[in-house]
Amino acid sequence: MSNDAPVKKKRKFELDPRLAAYKGVWVFIEHERGQVHPVSWELLGEGRKLADMLGVELAGVVLAAPGDDGQRFCHDAFAYGADLCYLMESPVLKDYRNDPYTRGMTELVNTYQPEVLLLGATTQGRDLAGSVATTLLTGLTADCTSLTIDLENRSLAATRPTFGGSLLCTIVTLNYRPQMATVRPRVMAMPERQEGRGALINARIVEHPLAMAEESIITKVLDYIPDDSRDKPQLPFADIIVSGGKGLAKQENFQLVWDLARVLGAEVGASRPVVQAGWAELDRQVGQSGKTVRPKLYIAAGISGAIQHRVGMEGADCIIAINNDPNAPIFDFAHYGIVGDALQILPALTEAFRQKLATTRRAG
Amino acid sequence: MHSVVCIKQVPDSAQIRVHPVTNTIMRQGVPAIINPYDLFALEEALRLKDKHGGRVTVITMGPPQAEAALRKALSYGADEIILVTDKAFAGADTLATSFALASAIRKIDETHPVTLVFTGKQTIDGDTAQVGPGIAKRMELQLLTYVSRINELDGASGTITVERRAEGGVQLLKTALPCLVTMLEGTNEMRRGSLPDQLRAARHELTRWDRVAAGIEDVTKIGLKGSPTVVNKVFTPSPRAEKAEMVTVDSGRPADLAVELIARLGQRFPVVEAELARRAG
Ligand SMILES: Cc1cc2nc3c(=O)[nH]c(=O)nc-3n(C[C@H](O)[C@H](O)[C@H](O)COP(=O)(O)OP(=O)(O)OC[C@H]3O[C@@H](n4cnc5c(N)ncnc54)[C@H](O)[C@@H]3O)c2cc1C
Ligand SMILES: Cc1cc2nc3c(=O)[nH]c(=O)nc-3n(C[C@H](O)[C@H](O)[C@H](O)COP(=O)(O)OP(=O)(O)OC[C@H]3O[C@@H](n4cnc5c(N)ncnc54)[C@H](O)[C@@H]3O)c2cc1C
Repeated sequence: MSNDAPVKKKRKFELDPRLAAYKGVWVFIEHERGQVHPVSWELLGEGRKLADMLGVELAGVVLAAPGDDGQRFCHDAFAYGADLCYLMESPVLKDYRNDPYTRGMTELVNTYQPEVLLLGATTQGRDLAGSVATTLLTGLTADCTSLTIDLENRSLAATRPTFGGSLLCTIVTLNYRPQMATVRPRVMAMPERQEGRGALINARIVEHPLAMAEESIITKVLDYIPDDSRDKPQLPFADIIVSGGKGLAKQENFQLVWDLARVLGAEVGASRPVVQAGWAELDRQVGQSGKTVRPKLYIAAGISGAIQHRVGMEGADCIIAINNDPNAPIFDFAHYGIVGDALQILPALTEAFRQKLATTRRAG
Repeated sequence: MHSVVCIKQVPDSAQIRVHPVTNTIMRQGVPAIINPYDLFALEEALRLKDKHGGRVTVITMGPPQAEAALRKALSYGADEIILVTDKAFAGADTLATSFALASAIRKIDETHPVTLVFTGKQTIDGDTAQVGPGIAKRMELQLLTYVSRINELDGASGTITVERRAEGGVQLLKTALPCLVTMLEGTNEMRRGSLPDQLRAARHELTRWDRVAAGIEDVTKIGLKGSPTVVNKVFTPSPRAEKAEMVTVDSGRPADLAVELIARLGQRFPVVEAELARRAG
């Protein structure tokens, strides 16, 4: 019942004139500890296309405490494609907290009325998006993998995987504004940074105050313990990933994946059954319930290519698949395929890449 | 101390197939389970009860068959189960779902004041992670998402301190009760229910609420009517236009295959070639 949202036929409709006043595409610029999350730039890249299709402006939205570098984040947003930024600064916006951020974002939306609002599907973005959408009583589509505009009625058509990725569905928010969506990190391509773009286009910063006193906020941040990122795998931003699947048969064999990765200076990824078997840590799982990655090169050994794995890695520039089954689904979307035993091919590749790199080194 | 835990019944396997002609979801024959993420929420509530006493009420909005998920929750040690079910809820998106659940939880609160509302991080079918934040806003409760640990719960001062997963670290947050917690996965392990609880699970009377019993008057806020999002199209992912270029060599030797692959790679993918050069340099 509740999750059987019926599939409806496209219908003609007129947008409520009050809602037709909503114009522009917004991207929430998420930051933590002085760093903007890269998903915000990826969203600006995507937002740029939507804004151009609609013929409207693209805005970044920065909520920050004074001294948080909010101005710099705005200028970065211009370099990644924003035409303007809304900057809300207040001491209560130091550190992300649901209440003040929801209040601030809701107030900005009600004041400046965007038609589309995009956020990263991160712990911060999802926390905020769900609260803002409920406060505004509008629709929110989660974890979208593609966004476009239905020009017939200027509506945002958001496509997302569902049922663990076996299916895709396209969702629209018809008679409500803004139309909200979240997108996971690395699902969209990182746009090119254009230095000086802000000055060139006369990009502007609209400052808006937040009238909220610390005393009125119930939740307090007592402490923040940063992760020790040195020993955490950083899969989403790796340029080369070597992944192993259940086809490697035994934990010992997974070492072959590490060997190739070491030669290439690559990160090691894994399919879910491999993680479940304890051959690799959870942070290495690629796919629907793991990480989304976008490397230049993805080598998959002994991975069948199930849709739940595919959705996490098909953004790779080049995919090499090694599988002993010529009919494995992974060959349907890999760029190169080798049919054979991964236990033999992996060491051969390790050796061949070692030589290739050595030759390049000597030549260069 | 009274925790309300929201659980959803979901199909066991995500391997749901789509009807090739009608493009509708074929659920027949797929067994249903408690959404695995919700077990972390339920276990955490049961632990709080072990420590502080009180009660645990489990609630779900769903079809009549969702009773099975609730009975399962009883067998783990929940005290009370409530099934919110009504044809009027059909087609609900997360906004409408959170409206209905918030209304039902308020109803529970009238007779047994609620200290904490728990949800899972997300479900494995709808997979939006939006219902928890939605219920919190609807009920005007403080929201604690992605909680990895409840460090302290002080009934006397009515406060709770938790660790919340952020992108680059962990936030230590303190807030006032009542509040809503969405529990992170892998934070605890569901207990095996005791034999008495298992026996009780089979016999316990189910509380079944329809729309009116759940305190909902405005039908425009629930089901399809209360849902701003509309699913326009459901489809299977399309295969890539070209299949993989298969690398073969006459000798069939792995070493030759590897060399051949690397040679072809350099020609077709300059980005990869450049990346390799960067690493060599
Ligand atoms: C809700 C849900 C979420 C999921 N999320 C994820 C996710 O995030 N990530 C993920 O990966 N999966 C996920 N899955 C699981 C997914 O459906 C597949 O089961 C999984 O990806 C299969 O992993 P695999 O390819 O390693 O193993 P298998 O499917 O067992 O495939 C092994 C492959 O290795 C090949 N092989 C065997 N021996 C050799 C050999 N000697 N040399 C070369 N090849 C060999 C076989 O031909 C086969 O193709 C999810 C499933 C569900 C239901
Ligand atoms: C293909 C498809 C795509 C969809 N996409 C969207 C979308 O993008 N946006 C949208 O608004 N709706 C969407 N929906 C509708 C959505 O799945 C339903 O509203 C669903 O009832 C709740 O959402 P969820 O499963 O994502 O739960 P989540 O928000 O992921 O669940 C979080 C927690 O809330 C609790 N919870 C969730 N549902 C219930 C329940 N029925 N009873 C008790 N507790 C519950 C559980 O504790 C759960 O762990 C989609 C539905 C389908 C069929």
